Amino acid sequence: MKTDNFQSPDYYNIDDLLSDEHKLIRNTVRDWVKKEVTPIIEDYAQKAEYPQELNKGIAELGGFGPYIPEEYGGAGLDQISYGLIMQELERGDSGIRSAASVQSSLVMFPIYQYGNEEQRKKYLPKLASGEFVGSFGLTEPDHGSNPSGMITNFKDQGDHYLLNGAKMWITNAPICDVAVVWAKNEEGRIHGLVVERGMEGFTTPETHGKWSLRASRTGELVFDNVKVPKENLLEGKSGLGAPLSCLDSARYGIAWGAIGAAMDCYDSALRYSKERIQFEQPIASFQLVQKKLAEMITEITKAQLLALRLGQLKNEGKATSQQISMAKRNNVKMALDIAREARQIHGGMGITGEYSIMRHMMNLESVITYEGTHDIHLLITGLDVTGINAFK
Amino acid sequence: MNILVCISKVPDTTAKIAFTDGDTKFDTNGVQFIVNPYDEWYALVRALEIKEAAGGKVTVINVGTADNDPTIRKALAIGADDAVRINMDPKDAMTTAKQITDYAKDKGFDMILCGKETIDYNGSQVAGMIAALLEQPYISYASKLDMNGNSATIERDIQGGKEVIEVQAPFVLSAAKGMAEARIPNMRGIMAARTKPLEVVEPSESADATEIVKFELPAAKGDCKYIDAENAGELLELLRNEAKVL
Ligand SMILES: Cc1cc2nc3c(=O)[nH]c(=O)nc-3n(C[C@H](O)[C@H](O)[C@H](O)COP(=O)(O)OP(=O)(O)OC[C@H]3O[C@@H](n4cnc5c(N)ncnc54)[C@H](O)[C@@H]3O)c2cc1C
Repeated sequence: MKTDNFQSPDYYNIDDLLSDEHKLIRNTVRDWVKKEVTPIIEDYAQKAEYPQELNKGIAELGGFGPYIPEEYGGAGLDQISYGLIMQELERGDSGIRSAASVQSSLVMFPIYQYGNEEQRKKYLPKLASGEFVGSFGLTEPDHGSNPSGMITNFKDQGDHYLLNGAKMWITNAPICDVAVVWAKNEEGRIHGLVVERGMEGFTTPETHGKWSLRASRTGELVFDNVKVPKENLLEGKSGLGAPLSCLDSARYGIAWGAIGAAMDCYDSALRYSKERIQFEQPIASFQLVQKKLAEMITEITKAQLLALRLGQLKNEGKATSQQISMAKRNNVKMALDIAREARQIHGGMGITGEYSIMRHMMNLESVITYEGTHDIHLLITGLDVTGINAFK
Repeated sequence: MNILVCISKVPDTTAKIAFTDGDTKFDTNGVQFIVNPYDEWYALVRALEIKEAAGGKVTVINVGTADNDPTIRKALAIGADDAVRINMDPKDAMTTAKQITDYAKDKGFDMILCGKETIDYNGSQVAGMIAALLEQPYISYASKLDMNGNSATIERDIQGGKEVIEVQAPFVLSAAKGMAEARIPNMRGIMAARTKPLEVVEPSESADATEIVKFELPAAKGDCKYIDAENAGELLELLRNEAKVL
């Protein structure tokens, strides 16, 4: 069995800024990942399957709805704890973190925030315990970066809504029990609906052949005259702002998660470079390798500080969407760059499943695209600082 | 069963070891601390299993300063019912054992479980001293503990085999590998630990019986030299003149 020797880098003693409980939560998830994820994840990624048996463990760790109040089955934790959980899960694999992100921020969050008491009671405890798997349908085949152009729509039929359209690239679609689906009403206004598996006309074909996020199931949500009961409408908020607020929460978690992937790559590269001998000396003794390692730890440290500060702002309810965009963009790119450099340090070994590097690297290609592409986040920052919209 | 589990705080196994104050103190700068694995993985988890099967209560005790509270909370998160911290920085095993004994002597614990040693000082002394001070039976290095009412069947790994022992509670035991399987706390446990009682008790009168004069790191590992199998002459020459062992 694979041994996981991961040691987390903390160059700036950032641990001193965390509470004892934060550290206990982080270390607990870290121990769990070492025990439950590391030994199996490579195999699942190779097979392109999601290890669904881990859901119970993720739930027990509070990974499904960390910040959802306890009365609905959540863990009632603060935003920094949520971030640390995502960091540790993604240290194992972005696919595991994606499952937790989607369930927590894209399914439980909108039901908690915009659902009524009955909807909360009906869905949240089951999602928190992992009994239900949720998915979030915003992206469509022809509307990715521009979700406001969506064509999925619903019509009021008196005693129910009639839903038509299709969503694409949906994490967990093939295995979901419930889907939070964003669709336009007859006036063209975006609303959220909870669609349940088993509703007639609702299918979830799988997307095969991914080279990225292989240990995560992706698929479509297809609605062919699906009758959705009226009580499944999320009444609390409408308009694009509703799904975007969910994305804010998920992107925040990704900003932390990416650090986990980066730390894993750096830790592995550091260890490998001290052990691998070429020209009678460890490759860590060459300046070119040291440059890579020194830049990696510098970038990780910056990303850690960015995420922690963003967490403090989020705890105070002061983090803006634009600040979250910056952290998601910076930290994911940082992780992807580190994965690529770490792969080089591992030489040929770096392309094998013996090491987690190539898996992280391929995963991060999805992470840099979903939840707003790298360039879209740049445009968000650009708009924020100039006041000029460069999207169109 | 009312069980007392002694837990101590030790540096994480990956910690860099260095000393300060003229090599008389361990340098804690940048060091991560954990619950001593033998205490946590084996003594505590087995105590919890016994409680879960037969009812009762598991109390953890630590002799140390407030810096130790995070490690104590972890034991509570894993499932201990309450915790006691004797508020002092003990310098030797005798002090620790005496403090624990003074606390435990009139509390009627059915058993006191310790780890077989701490992974920092590896003293293996505290459990035996507690047993002596309480005048209770002591079973060291136990790898299995089964309770049947008040009587315990205990296995010890000994050179080349196993020893099976029966003893009546109360007793003191030090736990070795095999006694239980490590548990990872869950979020409910972590949240419950916030409000579980952690009683801070002022120490009884005691004086350290020994003093650490100096720490030294082991000598750095030497380089490995490879000598051609044909070249026995060179080997002899090195053993004679360089290693000076011949
Ligand atoms: C593995 C995976 C899982 C996913 N899971 C989900 C999910 O669970 N739910 C969900 O709703 N979606 C999900 N997505 C979809 C994801 O959010 C979209 O892929 C993403 O928003 C980009 O959309 P697109 O793929 O259509 O690319 P496009 O929007 O077509 O973008 C293509 C390129 O054009 C650039 N571009 C687009 N517009 C502009 C512009 N105005 N200016 C400059 N450049 C521009 C982009 O930056 C990008 O480089 C997932 C995607 C993947 C890969």
